[in-house]
Amino acid sequence: MWSLFARDIRLNIRAGGGALTGVIFFLAVIATIPFGVGPDLKLLSRIGPAILWIGALLSCLLGLDRLFQADREDGSLDLLVLGNDRHMLALTVLVKCLAHWAGSVLPLVVAAPLLGLFMNMEPLGIGATALTLLVGTPAITFIGAAGAAVAVALPRGGLLISVLVLPLTIPVLIFGVSASYGATADPDPFLQPFLILAALTLFLGVLGPASAALALRHGTD
Amino acid sequence: MRLIAEDLGGERGGEAVFSGIGFALDPGQALLVTGPNGSGKSTLLRIIAGLLPKAEGRLLLENGGDDFPSVASACHYLGHQNAMKTALSVAENLRFWRDFNGRGDSGVEEALETVGLGGIGHLPFGYLSTGQRRRAAIAKLLVSHRPLWLLDEPTAGLDKASEARFAGLMTKHCVAGGMIVAATHLPLGIEAAELRMGEATERLLQQGTPS
Repeated sequence: MWSLFARDIRLNIRAGGGALTGVIFFLAVIATIPFGVGPDLKLLSRIGPAILWIGALLSCLLGLDRLFQADREDGSLDLLVLGNDRHMLALTVLVKCLAHWAGSVLPLVVAAPLLGLFMNMEPLGIGATALTLLVGTPAITFIGAAGAAVAVALPRGGLLISVLVLPLTIPVLIFGVSASYGATADPDPFLQPFLILAALTLFLGVLGPASAALALRHGTD
Repeated sequence: MRLIAEDLGGERGGEAVFSGIGFALDPGQALLVTGPNGSGKSTLLRIIAGLLPKAEGRLLLENGGDDFPSVASACHYLGHQNAMKTALSVAENLRFWRDFNGRGDSGVEEALETVGLGGIGHLPFGYLSTGQRRRAAIAKLLVSHRPLWLLDEPTAGLDKASEARFAGLMTKHCVAGGMIVAATHLPLGIEAAELRMGEATERLLQQGTPS
């Protein structure tokens, strides 16, 4: 299993892996917001956590279509499915999700504090947003894996996956953003939405790979 | 160990491709699946591997023991694609499959030597020619042990010398108690029973398939 993780990470950073695509898209989204909204620093800092979260969410969806498609195209997916008796397929999918997260989504979390400065956010807000992103983005990858598995046979499945997955990620977005606000705005709680966010990630960490495995099993042809 | 298929039927897109296929394979035996294009050779192999659901019939592996409880766990599937990543080196690819599938008799370098690719393990897989890619994929069969090899057009793209070398590998595998089911148009140069797929299809066509 460790070898699968290492292989996927390596593929991610090698040529054509697209590890930086998400970060560059994230940067582009966040950098254009201040120009669109105008130089109202108060407004920027108020919408900052939400914009960071939306930007990260969209960037997460960007590379998801390649999660299984690349393996399907070169025949690796067949062999991963065949290995079901040794490595349960849901576990294989989970490892692939974790590798995808570490390779493509973790850079977003790392970049988020820097991009928070663009939004004139205060240090506490930046820290809280980065923390909620760290805890919440795996959930998006897990949901995305299920979408990617369903659309694995479609040659231009990227947009379809985004449309399939986006509604399901709304709870993650809501609790992520409300926890980020909870850290700075005083009457709002931080801990409760944060814990619900963590619970969502754990819950989807089981449900996402399991349903993706089911879709992959029945999607081979 | 014994691979038994009884009255197997397969379909693609809701239409029957073949039916009534039966065979039994003991250790050391090989089966060549031949027939015209579209007669269901690849479909049969994918059904045996469990990658496609079978339309009818029975398929089982007897006396597989704890190591090989099912056909899928006992087989190497070499399909049309080589299941190798072009961005990784040949050795990295093989090392991954060895670690993922479990170790076999030969190491990565040794397996590459066996298929005549010694010394190029450090090259990215994408730099290899079609025949070399196929040989690297064949090396994948050697780095982890499986008693049953399911080979779909295994010699596509291979030159005469590589074909002969591969025939030797298959013979060695059979002598060591392995089993082979290979779909092919070309003679593979091994002792094997033959299963012709065409007749069953013709029979189906004559009966008329539902439109």
